[in-house]
Amino acid sequence: MTRPPPPRGPGHALTAAAGLGPGPGPGERGLSRSPGEEVLRAIVEASGEGVVLCGADGVVVMLNAAAAEMAPEVVVGRSLCQGPAASLFEDGHPDGQSREGEHGRRRIRVRREAFGLGHRAWYLRDVTTESARTDAVLAERRRTDFLIEAGRRLSASLNMRRCARTAIELATPFLADAAMVVLPPSGRRHAGWLRLTGTDRRLQEGDVAVADTAQVPGLAEALAGFPPVPSRWLDPGQVPGWLLPDGFGAAGHLLVTPLPGNGVPAGALVLARHEDGPPFDEDVETLVRIFAARAGAAISAAALYQEQSATNAILSSDLLPPPLPALAGAELAGSLRAARQAGHIGGDFYDVYPPESGKGGDPLVVLGDVCGKGARAAVLAGHLRHCLRTLLLLEERPEQLVALLNRSLRGSPTPNSYATLVLGVLSAAPGGHVRVNLAVAGHPAPLILRLDGTVQECEAHGPMLGAFADAVLTPAGVDLAPGEVCLFYSDGITEAFGGPGGREMYGTQRLKAALAGCAGMPVAALVERLEQLSTDWLGGEVQDDRALLAVRARPAR
Amino acid sequence: MSTADTAGTAGTAPGGAGPHEALGRYLEHIGRADEFAAIDLVLALLEQGVDAERLLLDLIAPAQRHVGELWAANEWSIAREHGATAVSERVVAAIAARVRPEPTRGRLTVACADGEYHALPTRLLAEVLRLRGWRVDFLGASVPGPHLITHLHQSGPDAVALGCALAIRLPRAHATITACQAVGVPVMAGGAGFGADGRYARLLGADAWAPSADVAAGLLERGDLTGPPNQAGAPVHLADEEYAHLTRRRAELLTRALRALARAYPPMAAYDPQQADATAADLGHLLDFLAAALYVDDARLFTGFIGWTGAVLAARGVPAEAVTVGLRVFHDELRDFPRSRHMLVQAAEAAPVPGPDQET
Repeated sequence: MTRPPPPRGPGHALTAAAGLGPGPGPGERGLSRSPGEEVLRAIVEASGEGVVLCGADGVVVMLNAAAAEMAPEVVVGRSLCQGPAASLFEDGHPDGQSREGEHGRRRIRVRREAFGLGHRAWYLRDVTTESARTDAVLAERRRTDFLIEAGRRLSASLNMRRCARTAIELATPFLADAAMVVLPPSGRRHAGWLRLTGTDRRLQEGDVAVADTAQVPGLAEALAGFPPVPSRWLDPGQVPGWLLPDGFGAAGHLLVTPLPGNGVPAGALVLARHEDGPPFDEDVETLVRIFAARAGAAISAAALYQEQSATNAILSSDLLPPPLPALAGAELAGSLRAARQAGHIGGDFYDVYPPESGKGGDPLVVLGDVCGKGARAAVLAGHLRHCLRTLLLLEERPEQLVALLNRSLRGSPTPNSYATLVLGVLSAAPGGHVRVNLAVAGHPAPLILRLDGTVQECEAHGPMLGAFADAVLTPAGVDLAPGEVCLFYSDGITEAFGGPGGREMYGTQRLKAALAGCAGMPVAALVERLEQLSTDWLGGEVQDDRALLAVRARPAR
Repeated sequence: MSTADTAGTAGTAPGGAGPHEALGRYLEHIGRADEFAAIDLVLALLEQGVDAERLLLDLIAPAQRHVGELWAANEWSIAREHGATAVSERVVAAIAARVRPEPTRGRLTVACADGEYHALPTRLLAEVLRLRGWRVDFLGASVPGPHLITHLHQSGPDAVALGCALAIRLPRAHATITACQAVGVPVMAGGAGFGADGRYARLLGADAWAPSADVAAGLLERGDLTGPPNQAGAPVHLADEEYAHLTRRRAELLTRALRALARAYPPMAAYDPQQADATAADLGHLLDFLAAALYVDDARLFTGFIGWTGAVLAARGVPAEAVTVGLRVFHDELRDFPRSRHMLVQAAEAAPVPGPDQET
């Protein structure tokens, strides 16, 4: 019968030396000079480990000083399974395998070996320091992993709410049972907050009166950007009802940390742990401060971005397509695809000016392309649109309007104030017809889709605005029978390079053919189809702004 | 189902009040692009107490499916199809103007993938979510990735619902999904482009997939998209760069394929510029589907497209040969593209009617 050798360690030598181990049977004992009990004791004492030797009945036969120090309750002649140290010597554990247990203030690694036929030896090792070191390393690694993950996720968004949400998602349950970010009040009387608990992962949101933030110990200070107060100074018993979700119970530990933004406080992080949970120790407080610095930087960057993009949005709003009004005798549809790269809106725009309510007059439609991109283009387009609105109070003839706009642009102190546009005044004609009086300034002439599917190019033409002192215009009038369409478009449509070969210009011929295929379509469908064909032609390339505006004489019902 | 069936159902419906009974009449109205009649019909149903969501999902959605089938069967012209869809858009807008519940849930962004112009199914989803109490930003058809990301930064929604009807938009949809997830917003994918069982949505790392607006709303209500988004890498098969090469050389491949096609298919010589453009567009489409199939590494995607396109062309009297010739031309051109060639062979085997010279 063979047995696997016991694990390495002093126990092995002891077994052999004591003559108690497997191998030589009782009959052979006489042949060897077996060591006496003193030798055995000396060997046991010499072992670096604690050794407890007991008989088959579990009664302790011998133990060394190391064992006695680690487990002073163990006494020779008493059973191991009784007394305060019993938990260390549980019987069920397989021989040869180590396990660890807490005993008093020590952490002890215990291993049992069969010791001859009738005896068992327990080897004890004090691993308190060792495991504390390992625990510290592991805890440090968890904190590092947490901060890496936090850095990655917090830097992802430029949206304030999303950043705050990410912060509390990260904070629970790793740092606390409940986490709340209170956003900076931003001048209003209320501060918004987002909250998450470790058990219910649903986001909760709300706001709190700035005055009420003082109810939470340390929160008003944190919102003002003061350094955090250690958790042990904050009385969790004082927290107001709004701070924690229903069913959370009383908070046992509270930690309020400012979110230091880029120079401006970005709100505060409130963490709470249950009463039976561990307190926020110094390590955690340090970790939370580092975490709060990252979260705060992300939130304030997002706040800055949102402020800027709001400004940009106001500036650029003059380039956005306006909602198209319902006109009596005509249907309108438009599409504007800006070649927006890195937030730069291009210079195409269109607009519709319905007649002033209660007054006579005809609606005016305009589609244009101003020089430049981004905010500069937006300002120029805004200038043109406001000019038109004012001029319309005094002037209705398209060619006169264009001439006045030209003078206005030429007088503008802003360099490169150039624009091209098409202007059309829509008036009702007998039989449900619509008359479009057109003026074109340096812009592709509108196309007319007749009922039979033929497409004509309008004759109007003239130079671009802002370039020449004496702009000589050739206006034109077009009559649309019910169902016929007049299409305004920008050169982004016709000058799109793409197609099967990738290098071909879309061209007016293709646009005309596509328009011819749209006979009978509602005007919205027509515009969408032309835009779609143009997008397909570009094959995913974004080159220039593309604008389309179609006027259709309302078909007879 | 054919138009005749639908018209029959409509005729026998005794002024029924449900969305199903109204389907035939609705289809008639949108088929004539009669916006007012269609809106009147739907608003009357709403008045009679029919649920707005049922109108969207049980009337407008099936009607639009019919429209697609009618176009594919060449019973409706493309102009009529577009007209009908435009009217349905107006009807959806009319419902949205009439039924405006207070938002009680979070904020969502709903958009069509870049290049995707089949916006109505996605629009219906947006409206259903709005009816269920979400604050919805619907960004419309063909939303370029960067625009969507800018929007996400500005509005900070809880999740994005991304619609993709045609599989050729999948590569760009994938870029969009990854970008949304990179800014911390989870993405739910939907639409036929992601596969009938959503397999491409999973492959491309979407956080969720829904086969219908109803299921989508359910998933969102259950809080399935509340956690941090997936951070999946690119599918492994893209490592062979076949997709990248194919798309990079698209223009050159098409030019050569068109020349080869002209040699293999003599009637092409007599094409007018518009027909020539249409042929080029068809070949381009074929190449785009091949590229999409490479992207998701699924020959079924391409084979499915060839089957569908064969039926569409057959309905228009175009000989099935046109497709098989196209496949062969690309097969000859794509010598260094093993995965592509494999897919082309499989598609040629599955093509509806093999041309007489198939074995050559």
